[in-house]
Amino acid sequence: MAALTMAKALNAALADAMLDDDRVVVFGEDVGALGGVFRITDGLQARFGDKRCFDTPLAEAGIVGFAVGMAMSGLRPVVEMQFDAFAYPAFEQIASHVAKLRNRTRGALSVPIVIRVPYAGGIGGVEHHCDSSEAYYAHTPGLKVVTPATVQDAYSLLRQAIDDPDPVVFMEPKKLYFSSAEAELPATTAPIGRAVVRRPGRDATLVAYGPAVPVALEAAEAAREEGWDLEVVDVRSIVPFDDETVTASVRRTGRCVVIQEAQGFAGVGAEIAARVQERCFHALHAPVLRVSGLDIPYPAPMLEHTHLPSVDRVLDTVARLQWDDQPDGRWLSRGSAA
Amino acid sequence: MTTTPEAVRRASPRSRRAATPPDPAKPLLPATEPVRLLDPAGTPLRAPADYPEPPVEALVEMHRRMVVGRRFDTQATALTKQGRLAVYPSSRGQEACQVGAVLALRDTDWVFPTYRESMALVSRGIDPVEVLTLLRGDWHCGYDPAERRTAPQCTPLATQCVHAAGVAYGEAHQGRDTVALAFIGDGATSEGDFHEGVNFAAVFKAPVVYFVQNNQYAISVPLSRQTAAPSLAYKGVGYGVPSEQVDGNDPVAVLAVLTRAVEHARSGQGPFLVEAHTYRMEAHTNADDATRYRDGAEVEAWRDRDPVARLETYLRARGALDDAAVAAVAEEAEAYAADLRTRMNTQPTVDPMSLFEHVYAEPTPQLVEQREQVRAELAAAQDEEGER
Repeated sequence: MAALTMAKALNAALADAMLDDDRVVVFGEDVGALGGVFRITDGLQARFGDKRCFDTPLAEAGIVGFAVGMAMSGLRPVVEMQFDAFAYPAFEQIASHVAKLRNRTRGALSVPIVIRVPYAGGIGGVEHHCDSSEAYYAHTPGLKVVTPATVQDAYSLLRQAIDDPDPVVFMEPKKLYFSSAEAELPATTAPIGRAVVRRPGRDATLVAYGPAVPVALEAAEAAREEGWDLEVVDVRSIVPFDDETVTASVRRTGRCVVIQEAQGFAGVGAEIAARVQERCFHALHAPVLRVSGLDIPYPAPMLEHTHLPSVDRVLDTVARLQWDDQPDGRWLSRGSAA
Repeated sequence: MTTTPEAVRRASPRSRRAATPPDPAKPLLPATEPVRLLDPAGTPLRAPADYPEPPVEALVEMHRRMVVGRRFDTQATALTKQGRLAVYPSSRGQEACQVGAVLALRDTDWVFPTYRESMALVSRGIDPVEVLTLLRGDWHCGYDPAERRTAPQCTPLATQCVHAAGVAYGEAHQGRDTVALAFIGDGATSEGDFHEGVNFAAVFKAPVVYFVQNNQYAISVPLSRQTAAPSLAYKGVGYGVPSEQVDGNDPVAVLAVLTRAVEHARSGQGPFLVEAHTYRMEAHTNADDATRYRDGAEVEAWRDRDPVARLETYLRARGALDDAAVAAVAEEAEAYAADLRTRMNTQPTVDPMSLFEHVYAEPTPQLVEQREQVRAELAAAQDEEGER
């Protein structure tokens, strides 16, 4: 086995999918000769020709709408949005057509396209290059929303997304592109729709996805010094969401912290926390807590470390899980608006 | 070195060409005036060389479909007043465009209609009850779009322009000579997706016809608020797309221009843009009040350019239609409307369970849960009713 980056695994997934299925076409901005700004499509045009992998005009609504039409003609487009925030012009196409066409036509038309979105921060990127936009897609019925946190998952989930009969928004955590692992390809991991326990533990469950998973794992490691044995669940598939795995874990541990990099209000973490609370109420020894980015527009690069969920912030939150069975003073103080 | 007269002669044409290089935009521009083959009274005008008159059989068929189409439109408006339809956007006055587009295409070509194209869809042979499914409050697309090669009627403005480019490119990619025709209104040419669609089609030489029905109003907003361009057809040149403008109430000209546009696309030369100057005789929908924003005299003036009467006059003069033929078409239209009336006079049955069927290929666990909840709610409601 060799060390492989997530970027290489994604590249291999695209190449293997193109090799296996002539209907798979890859397009977007700078994905041809350049191989994408993150090199995820590196070499695909040279290998498969410019009918299979090509650059488009610089217009995201055009790219996604073009993919919708191509899917209607029987192809399986995989499109790249260059950065999270650059996908916003495509939102109408995604929300009004990609997500709804199967439903509108009672199954007569489907849109099995994959929209790859490099997302989230942690790379010192300037504004408009670091948004965590997953909640917009997750809030839109008809879309599947998937985000890998490991090299093997990057390969396997992307292959599954391309084969999926439904449209998949494939959220790639930029800061993990050049993380590497010993991995052999092709890798087959759990199917879309399943969460995975990345680290077993007894005392509390950390639920995380995408760029927050390594933070959760690091926090769990550090928590051993405090005497806490933490379980880490990697959500992987935001939609469909795996209530079963998450619920089973929290029922075992009785405590739960949900971690996401995105701003917290009305985010995916809020949904997860609500679901856990509904399903695990009688097993919980403490309220379900969240660690998220702050409710601010993505900050200047020099301040992003204050915004992003850190190991320390996770550990501070874990400390508030009422280990002594006493109510959290924060919710009792008179100054608290809640 | 001396210059011989011969050298001067040889050099001069070159230097003249250098002084006035050919304008690459010129072949892309529409004619200054809309193409017109019949005057408003139905009298034939000399057909321009680019647009030969379509065969008379095609025009007779066009007349038939326009008469039936108009009767369908009137019936749909009546059904709205009776509460059978939630809303109906009429295309009365636009019959030449609605039918001409359909006649210019093959059955295997793709059509991308908007909500105002119900008449075009019935003209394409789609069951009118299926066409009106959306508007009667039943599911969003009553016909099978894959089988009919007709996308669901598009409500978000101009988004279909990009789909048409994608389907046309995808078909060509797979070796098929399919053309896609996207209907679009004057207002929607202001939307970004119109421009992105035309640009994508042009860059990828996708066989698309963009057919702008300029009916002068986007709900209440007049054309002057959409564009400062001399004609909407000028929007093609910026994308390298040839375009034409046509009198949209002249059925002969509409069919001639669209036939050429479709041929252009099918022959691999890329997209073509057509602007038809027409008029929406009715309000935007039954829920709109057009007297708030336009003058009755303006509507009356357009009544004199009625496309159905215009074609009928012409075909009668040519001896292609007589009283008996006109009566037969009218009778067919009445029977069509009567059948539609009868079949729309029943309340469609809807199954709440169908809410969950096609969100995804397979429902998610969360949808399965919600489906069971709704099933239980319905069963409880039924029990309650039984007890009463």
